[in-house]
Amino acid sequence: MKLSEQWLRTWCNPNWTTHELSEALSLAGLEVDDVAPVAPDFSGVVVAEVVSVDAHPDAEKLRVAQVNVGDEALVQIVCGAPNVRPGIKVPCAKVGAVLPDSFKIKKAKLRGVESFGMLCSATELGLEQDYDGLWELSADLSVGEDIRSALALDDQLIEVDLTPNRADCLSVEGLARELAVVSHAPLQTPFELSPLTLNGSCPQAVVIEEQQACLTYLGCVVTDYNTQATTPDWVTQRLIRSGLRPISLLVDITNYVMLELGQPMHAFDADKLQGPVRVRYAQAGEELVTLDEKTLQLSPNTLVIADDQGPLALAGIMGGLASSVTEQTQRLFFECAHFTPDAIVGKARQYGLHTDSSHRFERGVDPALPAKALTRALNLLQAIAGGQVSEWVVAGHSIEEGQSTKPAIMLRRSRVTQLLGTAIEDSFISQLLARLGCQVLADDQAWSVTPPTYRFDLTIEVDLIEEIARVYGYNNLAVNQAAMPLNLKPLPESEQELHSLRMALVGRGYHEVISYSFVEESAVQQLSPEIPYVQIKNPISEDMSTMRTSLFPGLLGVLSYNQKRQQSRVRIFETGLIFSLEDGQMQQVPVLGGLIYGQVAPVSWQASNRKVDFYDLKGDVEALLAMSHLHDQVSFAPAQSPEFHPGQCAHIHYAGQTIGLIGQLHPQWLKPFGVQGPVFMFQIFQDSLLTKQVPQVTGISKFPEVQRDLAFVVDKTCPVSDLVSAIKSLENTLIKHIQVFDVYEGTGLPDSQKSVAISVKIQHNDRTLTDEEVDQLIQQVIERAHQRVNASLR
Amino acid sequence: MQDKLTAILAQAKDTIERATQLSEVEKLRVDLLGKKAEVTALMKTLGQLSAEERPLVGQQINDVKQAIQQLISDKKHALETAKMAADLARETIDVTLAGRDLDLGGLHPVTRTLRRIEQLFAKAGFDVATGPEIEDDWHNFGALNIPETHPARAMHDTFYIDESTVLRTHTSGVQIRIMENQAPPIRIIAPGRVYRCDSDQTHTPMFHQIEGLIVEKNANFAQLMQLLTEFLQHFFEDDQLKTRFRPSYFPFTEPSAEVDIATELFGAGRWVEVLGCGMVHPNVLRNVGIDPEEYTGLAFGLGVERLAMLRYGVKDLRQFFENDLRFLKQFQ
Repeated sequence: MKLSEQWLRTWCNPNWTTHELSEALSLAGLEVDDVAPVAPDFSGVVVAEVVSVDAHPDAEKLRVAQVNVGDEALVQIVCGAPNVRPGIKVPCAKVGAVLPDSFKIKKAKLRGVESFGMLCSATELGLEQDYDGLWELSADLSVGEDIRSALALDDQLIEVDLTPNRADCLSVEGLARELAVVSHAPLQTPFELSPLTLNGSCPQAVVIEEQQACLTYLGCVVTDYNTQATTPDWVTQRLIRSGLRPISLLVDITNYVMLELGQPMHAFDADKLQGPVRVRYAQAGEELVTLDEKTLQLSPNTLVIADDQGPLALAGIMGGLASSVTEQTQRLFFECAHFTPDAIVGKARQYGLHTDSSHRFERGVDPALPAKALTRALNLLQAIAGGQVSEWVVAGHSIEEGQSTKPAIMLRRSRVTQLLGTAIEDSFISQLLARLGCQVLADDQAWSVTPPTYRFDLTIEVDLIEEIARVYGYNNLAVNQAAMPLNLKPLPESEQELHSLRMALVGRGYHEVISYSFVEESAVQQLSPEIPYVQIKNPISEDMSTMRTSLFPGLLGVLSYNQKRQQSRVRIFETGLIFSLEDGQMQQVPVLGGLIYGQVAPVSWQASNRKVDFYDLKGDVEALLAMSHLHDQVSFAPAQSPEFHPGQCAHIHYAGQTIGLIGQLHPQWLKPFGVQGPVFMFQIFQDSLLTKQVPQVTGISKFPEVQRDLAFVVDKTCPVSDLVSAIKSLENTLIKHIQVFDVYEGTGLPDSQKSVAISVKIQHNDRTLTDEEVDQLIQQVIERAHQRVNASLR
Repeated sequence: MQDKLTAILAQAKDTIERATQLSEVEKLRVDLLGKKAEVTALMKTLGQLSAEERPLVGQQINDVKQAIQQLISDKKHALETAKMAADLARETIDVTLAGRDLDLGGLHPVTRTLRRIEQLFAKAGFDVATGPEIEDDWHNFGALNIPETHPARAMHDTFYIDESTVLRTHTSGVQIRIMENQAPPIRIIAPGRVYRCDSDQTHTPMFHQIEGLIVEKNANFAQLMQLLTEFLQHFFEDDQLKTRFRPSYFPFTEPSAEVDIATELFGAGRWVEVLGCGMVHPNVLRNVGIDPEEYTGLAFGLGVERLAMLRYGVKDLRQFFENDLRFLKQFQ
């Protein structure tokens, strides 16, 4: 809601500066977003009348005007504006005037003709108005008057960002009421409603078919008004300052009353109506061409105003073109109705519309307002253009001002103190409720409160408590210590904090990144074609249309961004949800994933460095698994996955489940994702990492440990983990540790074979082992390795 | 005899002095004191002397032996000391060169900020709760007193998955899930990603919120103000930080407020909006089966990026999601 400060002050004028006034509104919950002067600083500009216009002797586009600026003599001014002509009133910057940006007006010669000032456009005065050429002022302004006072330009535009519950403040009167409550300054109506002389019954019948949707419908027909009358400057100025464009006298009057009092209205060309006007829901198949010349296919949930021919208007939203008032209109039918929010809400949006009218009816309008608003509009119309008004047709209930339709609210004294933590004096509460316009009955325990019709947002006790706190001032409430419960919370040591895993990666040189959860559809299709994905119906753009099925598209995006900025070494990770469909159900699973690229170590003075490989990343993943005590229980199984290199990809298995995957990005995706390789990535389900074991120590053996190194030869394709598993399968408790310390292929071995060197540590807890026992055990190891993976000693 | 001994000692002294290697010194020990050494040979002649002379000469020979012994030890020690000094000199390195693999990553500033907020509230007994990001209409809107037709829905630029499923527009849905499953007293904070269909210089379609919820008997608005004022002072480590509570409107709280802060950091007289809060609306409590007459609730929601920007001087919101390593490395 944007309005002129001067207009507001005609209703309520506290002894406050603009700044104080806007702060007070903000702290009362009506947030002032912006305060801006109506016009920038300028001086020496007066209302002038162009008396005569002659051609310039030496310039085709210039004219020489004789201008009455209110002085004894006319002033000669050379002017280039196309609309300069005798009889118009325009702003004139006299010699000595200072225009915005300190532009000084001096006596000048333009192509040999003297000019004593400048005729101005609105733009030249720093006002944004969409007129071309000179600003043509209303004929009733007096010549010679300073334009700032003539047009009341020493005014501020106050923009209030209203919350949806305060629809009662969508008018000057509403904001003034609020200002009166917080400032204690009186509220005064700056005009008097004149009783209307009504001539004859209304020839236009009205039928409300939907009582729930339309409580009241007032109408009347106006004839014999001056169709040539124009909107006076004081009205257009106020409309413009509220952000509305002046259109025609009738539209301007309805808009003005809407801004002033908050009641949207509509005018029809009475001669275009056939039969009674009906308030009903649209029927299937009905169409309406609206004022903005769009053809709407109406759905049956839409409330319309219709006559015998069909829909005339979208009730409370926008009029139709066919029945609209035009320059030819001789007879008007005025509509002033109350539509309920439930009937209007969402409907405008359904047709891609949003109007000042729908904005108000969706949020609620004072149900007692129609009679007052219609009288005000007719007063204005008759004052400006005359005309005969018919008697009113009144359909539905007519609600009088101050007559509430809702039950009283019980406001308990104890509850006020309980919720606010501050005891507020009874007298403050009683007086405040009265200032808010409520009818109040008090007893020992409580107040029985009936809010005024315009405060339809007040329906329950806590609404009133909020009003008390708001006007009392939140910042005046006694701030006290929150009582702390003394009970301690459990701290399960077997829970692994995600933070610990993050910090482990940070310690290993990884930077955490946060990428968008939605990615380009093709990224998901390419990297994980087998996973059904979730899409957004209204994405912000095509490249953010699909919920990620893995962290990889995001990580690759970050890699690409940084590679393009000369980062040659990238180690990043992300945590978050990934999304998929499983049997039509949406799955949202927390994962942890990472990516490495570039040199294994940062550039340094030491020469040796190399590019990262699979095992660098696997080491980092194993560190995470070790933190969760999974290291000994997981296995990395060679796997095929579309995003990864077929020979460098593993699934991570734990307890019969795949808990993650790791591999080199398939080189075919380097180009589509705009990255340079090789790139290595992993992703693990967080669930599997977020538990750990609480340590339980075992005794340390006092007896010597025996280490035997064995070099096995196995088939090249045999995973080393199979060899290790074979030895572990002995389940011999004397074997304390198995360590692979060399893998060799090449000279001295057949092409199809490799050598794997393993050290085995053997120890007894209670005694020293004999050589025979050790030899026997090693023999078992060798035999088991041979049985399981056909390994032989080298 | 005396002359002979003097000559032997002088000869030995000369030889030992000329030695330059530890191995030479070891060899001299054998040569000068071993079985074939001159003093050893002289010792064997003692038998030929008279009983009176024997102890005297024996003593003289022993003195020479000991003197030689001492010379050798001294020489050995001198050579060892010199060798150690030489070794140390040779092993001296440039300690100013960088250590090997200086390489530390860092948390994302949003995570860092979330963590800081979580830790502050953990000290006041708040648990961390999380919830789904694809959320049903009920938890994102309905249960929070935002019915289908409520104009407040227009305040949320919602991403829809289907008609009744959205990307959560706030973390407030988590408070519903907690209250559905846990009896009061409740103290939780719910951090996480939220989504709004809005993208420009000051809006990203995804950002982070922390929602806080207290449901207790007699929780009141003044306590909420106290809690948030302390939180903001601790977060910014500025006990001069001022807060200002402005009445506002959220469908799920009443009374509702927006909180502005002013600190020297922002310049005098400048209020900056940082969070929204209020008392849980009785309809919300009823929706989850809590009697609003018995329990009252306090709730607050804050934008994590906003706090991170203010705290760390980040000027452009979009930097958080560009993940430029040159930006991230400043949060090591």
